[in-house]
Amino acid sequence: MTDISATGQVVCMRGPMELDQSSPVLREYGSEQSLLSRPDGSSTFVQGDTSILAGVYGPAEVKVSKEIYDRATVEVLIQSKMGLPSVRERAREQCVRETCEAALLLTLHPRSSFTLILQVVHEDGSLLSCCLNAACMALMDAGLPMNNLFCGVTCAISKEGQIITDPTARQEKESRALLTFAIDSVEHNVLMSSTTGSFSVPELQQCIAISQKASEQIFSFYRDSVKRRYSKMK
Amino acid sequence: MRDTPLSNCERLFLLQAIQEKKRLDGRQTYDYRNIKILFGTDYGCCIVELGKTRVLCQVSCELVPPKDSRPTEGILYFNLELSPMASPAFESNRQSELLVMLNRQLERCLRNSKCIDTESLCVISGEKVWQIRVDVHVLNHDGNLMDAASIAAISALSHFRRPDVAIQGREVTVFSPEERDPIPLSIYHMPICVSFAFFLQGSYLLVDPCEREERVKDGLLVIAMNKHREICSIQSSGGIMLLKDQVKPVEMLLLVEGEHENHSSERIKPFPVLLCFSSFVLMQRKEGGKFGFAESLPIERITALKRDEAPVEMADVKDTAEEIINRTESSTEVYPPGLKTRERSAASPVLVATGTAQVGEGIVNSWGLEEDEDDEVIIEDKGGGTYNHNCICK
Repeated sequence: MTDISATGQVVCMRGPMELDQSSPVLREYGSEQSLLSRPDGSSTFVQGDTSILAGVYGPAEVKVSKEIYDRATVEVLIQSKMGLPSVRERAREQCVRETCEAALLLTLHPRSSFTLILQVVHEDGSLLSCCLNAACMALMDAGLPMNNLFCGVTCAISKEGQIITDPTARQEKESRALLTFAIDSVEHNVLMSSTTGSFSVPELQQCIAISQKASEQIFSFYRDSVKRRYSKMK
Repeated sequence: MRDTPLSNCERLFLLQAIQEKKRLDGRQTYDYRNIKILFGTDYGCCIVELGKTRVLCQVSCELVPPKDSRPTEGILYFNLELSPMASPAFESNRQSELLVMLNRQLERCLRNSKCIDTESLCVISGEKVWQIRVDVHVLNHDGNLMDAASIAAISALSHFRRPDVAIQGREVTVFSPEERDPIPLSIYHMPICVSFAFFLQGSYLLVDPCEREERVKDGLLVIAMNKHREICSIQSSGGIMLLKDQVKPVEMLLLVEGEHENHSSERIKPFPVLLCFSSFVLMQRKEGGKFGFAESLPIERITALKRDEAPVEMADVKDTAEEIINRTESSTEVYPPGLKTRERSAASPVLVATGTAQVGEGIVNSWGLEEDEDDEVIIEDKGGGTYNHNCICK
């Protein structure tokens, strides 16, 4: 466990030296749950400077046009800070929705809806993986029944072939390929992958292996958050 | 999704409590909830918490041609959105009355009061001006969205910095923040909306109603005022007829707002607080300290947790990857074996004309080729056309 009190008082700048590290690094991350009073479950997930706020309602009433007779309907809405929603948000929504549908036990709530709303509070790289992490923490906060937890990890392959995890916006811009994977908590399988750019098959397999290693850290973070939250209960 | 309706006993309980001068959260009639304003990493971004109501605001700018009627003035564009996160009753892309009312009131409070100097936003008269876009997202609805939205908008506008420009004749150079420090907007005064809810035909008044109280209100009075005790806008809805001596004491109350708490937990007095917020944040930025929403995560709370930067173990990554690649069968054939050569070449693209390429040739058109034969008999066998002549006909 890290020393939490020290984190709040350390004053340091993210220097250029950290970008050239040989081993990939997960940026400082943190989360808070149950911060909004209206949604059934809410959370905020912060990775470096990227910050996402997630709220989930469910199981709730669903419109007749959208209802499915034997399972629940999952709706995901990603809202960016400025401007109207575009196709980019729709693509991310689909990635998050498919991951949630794989993780949630939908057959327990037929003809109901689970609505997950994600608000981008600040964007600084690794947006899709931060959305996935915030979504999972919100679903946990709402107490929705799930098969397994999931987490998102983004890898960037630089022009020299070096693999960087959890890239910042600047690192993403300078990379040759960007890969995001959703990893499940039970068997560390890949639930969803979203990639842009060109890369070779060995590089893909290495990125998957690195993401699986990084996901272990994130899952232990989930476990610690829940342990901390319920630590006062006997 | 539909919101849970208010039950009759809840309504009666609230109205009776108001008659006895009691509020749900123990406040007095003229008490405001705690206000918290958090600023983000980039300029012009802030989150305001008014009790449990939470609102996010982002200011951005863009160079656009000006309106024809006002060629020397910049444009202010306000957009308030009720996120479905804020309440189960809100749906995205739905123009509800509340949304229209909030948008309109925000525009009147900030644009019509001329608190921002739009003349200074002009770059080249008649050709290029700055358009300042203010996006307000409501994240949690616990009453009094108008006040929270106006505080968020004016804080974000004070915090915002637009890029510096240099004009040489007709050419405009926009400098990035690294080249030249961005410039703040010139703000004359800061109008803030204060809402009063009226109950039981105007006989009882509450400041800063929470969501339950708003549901049982009869009328709403929103007054926008600034530090210099000037009224910027008044809006009354709900059909309550107010007497002049009811409105006067209301104005006096505006100056008695609750104490604000900024993100470094200093208790500061109302209006000057907004002026020193932006300067406080700039100081932190200059010192090289960490700032932004990541830093304002309340780590002392039991529901929050933070982890430091940590390296990812790369020890046996390469071996795992190679093992997986060796295990899967390598498939070098692009087409399945056994395909005829004619069909294989049909898959490569053919350039038909400049800008037009096609893959595959399709089936040869056989319409109207066999008109000599008995049409009436054979037409049924032919089916609908060439595309299904393999499936329907023999």
